[in-house]
Amino acid sequence: MSDDDFTRLVEAEQRVEPRDWMPDGYRRTLIRQIAQHAHSEIIGMQPEANWISRAPSLRRKAILLAKVQDEAGHGLYLYAATETLGADRADLTQKLVEGRQKYSSIFNYPTLNFADVGVIGWLVDGAAICNQVPLCRTSYGPYARAMIRICKEESFHQRQGYELLMTMMRGTDEQRRMVQDSVNRWWWPSLMMFGPSDAESSNTAQSMAWRIKRHTNDELRQKFVDMSVPQAEALGVTLPDPSLRWNPERGHHDFGEIDWDEFWRVVNGDGPCNRQRVEHRRKAHEDGAWVREAATAYAAKSASVEEVA
Amino acid sequence: MSFDNAYDAITDASDDKHWAFGTGFDDPLSGVDRAVPAGVSTADLTAYCLMLADDALVLSQRLTEWCSRAPELEEDVALANIALDLLGQARLLLTRAGEVEGRGRDEDALAYLRDEHEFRNVRLVEIDCGPGPGGDFAVTIARLLVFSTWRLAVFERLVASKDPVLAAIAAKGVKELAYHRDHAAQWTLRLAGGTEFSRERMVAGMARVWPLYDELFTTHEVERSLPDVAVPPSDVRAEVDEVLDQVFTAAALDRPDVAPMSAVAGKSGRDGVHTEAMGFLLAEMQHLARSLPGAKW
Ligand SMILES: [Fe+2]
Ligand SMILES: [Fe+2]
Repeated sequence: MSDDDFTRLVEAEQRVEPRDWMPDGYRRTLIRQIAQHAHSEIIGMQPEANWISRAPSLRRKAILLAKVQDEAGHGLYLYAATETLGADRADLTQKLVEGRQKYSSIFNYPTLNFADVGVIGWLVDGAAICNQVPLCRTSYGPYARAMIRICKEESFHQRQGYELLMTMMRGTDEQRRMVQDSVNRWWWPSLMMFGPSDAESSNTAQSMAWRIKRHTNDELRQKFVDMSVPQAEALGVTLPDPSLRWNPERGHHDFGEIDWDEFWRVVNGDGPCNRQRVEHRRKAHEDGAWVREAATAYAAKSASVEEVA
Repeated sequence: MSFDNAYDAITDASDDKHWAFGTGFDDPLSGVDRAVPAGVSTADLTAYCLMLADDALVLSQRLTEWCSRAPELEEDVALANIALDLLGQARLLLTRAGEVEGRGRDEDALAYLRDEHEFRNVRLVEIDCGPGPGGDFAVTIARLLVFSTWRLAVFERLVASKDPVLAAIAAKGVKELAYHRDHAAQWTLRLAGGTEFSRERMVAGMARVWPLYDELFTTHEVERSLPDVAVPPSDVRAEVDEVLDQVFTAAALDRPDVAPMSAVAGKSGRDGVHTEAMGFLLAEMQHLARSLPGAKW
């Protein structure tokens, strides 16, 4: 099969499965994209885990703990999907902790009050859903199937987050202040989750042809803004963008320009928490090395005992 | 799945089964008779429910410290699962305590608004066993093994309690605790039989928690005054010893030879007398809830 045959195959919406032939570039691009997604799930545990010990009710504590646990599960399915392409989880983790592979920049912002837990559910899981729902039809089978399960869970996270914010907005002045403060901090970084504008995005065309990506960054970002505006109104919070208004001609909301300097600064390692997040992951990974070694050694001994017996 | 309706396509408002690993939010005790059985002291029953609740709540709080810090992703998921089970047990027991007490305190009032001396958990659950400086994965596993073996033995008897609510909570808890014990036992074998280093850690881990072992079996006045309702922990000592000895034998470990941690003027966890670690744990857990009195979350 040639590269052109392959492109025709995926253009006809045929699913690619692990044992099928695929171009090296397709394989590499997928491994990079899925690994980056897996890393995001795992790094994304940190900002929310930050509030588990202090959750202000036992019900919220249980919801938050279950959510963070789900994210670990998402990381597991996605690393498993990379392994069907010949990648190795330990190797990908090594690349993450050495800063050689990226994860979603959104997690390089701090969680500073409990409303952040709700706003992350609403906006961050919400933006993730916008990005990921189209991936449920992505050309690579194991990735598409993982995304279906993940999207269902993300949508539940989104509703839980929104419900927390609703409860807080119906509460005390201080709770409402927390929610607005949190929205002010997370709105722009959430818009940045869709990546550089189409004009700046280098990988888009090839990925669209391969059906690894199905919509451009700007299309998805617009979708997210259009969905979030009425949700913000229902909540009673102000989105921190004076240019945000409905444009009847376009049938979409116009919105202000993203601070691209900040975007690239955070992508390139200088956000408020980049070092902290990677260091946290590196420490957990290194502190756990002796445990993983013990498990491997034990399994090897048990296997050889069985052989003898 | 339509792109135009990204949320609608995946959101089914009536379907709460989207959690990967479950949270047990639905009421597992629906249909259970909640009246206090005749002849049972409400003060004693309240205190007993708090003892069992606080053990679970405080250990759950400790276990969540591992979240995002476990040696493997699979273990992150497993420890969160165990913490969620214990949190679920704590919530049911606190709710029962509040309703038996009859002063209008719900699970949150009891978890967040009691002071240290009102917490009745055994001291084993409150000490730092890692990932903080007080321990590591082996200490965590050692505590989990001892705790879940003990609590499982208690709950297996509590299933026959005269209080139908306690009996139902125990019936649900037995399955969970059996899994926790098995998980801890498997890791004990792996660490003890893995590398030389992991074996040293496992031996040290068991020695770290062992001073708090005896306290688990000291029957408290409250337990004594609730015949057929409470399980006197002295009743389960022989069984717990035996189960742990089996694990020790399989792992080729010796039972630690360390002196018990003494009580303070004869009082310990069940009396509300704790270790220095407890105040910090509660400060962190309760701070936000207390800083906005009356707020709903
Ligand atoms: Fe996720
Ligand atoms: Fe999520």
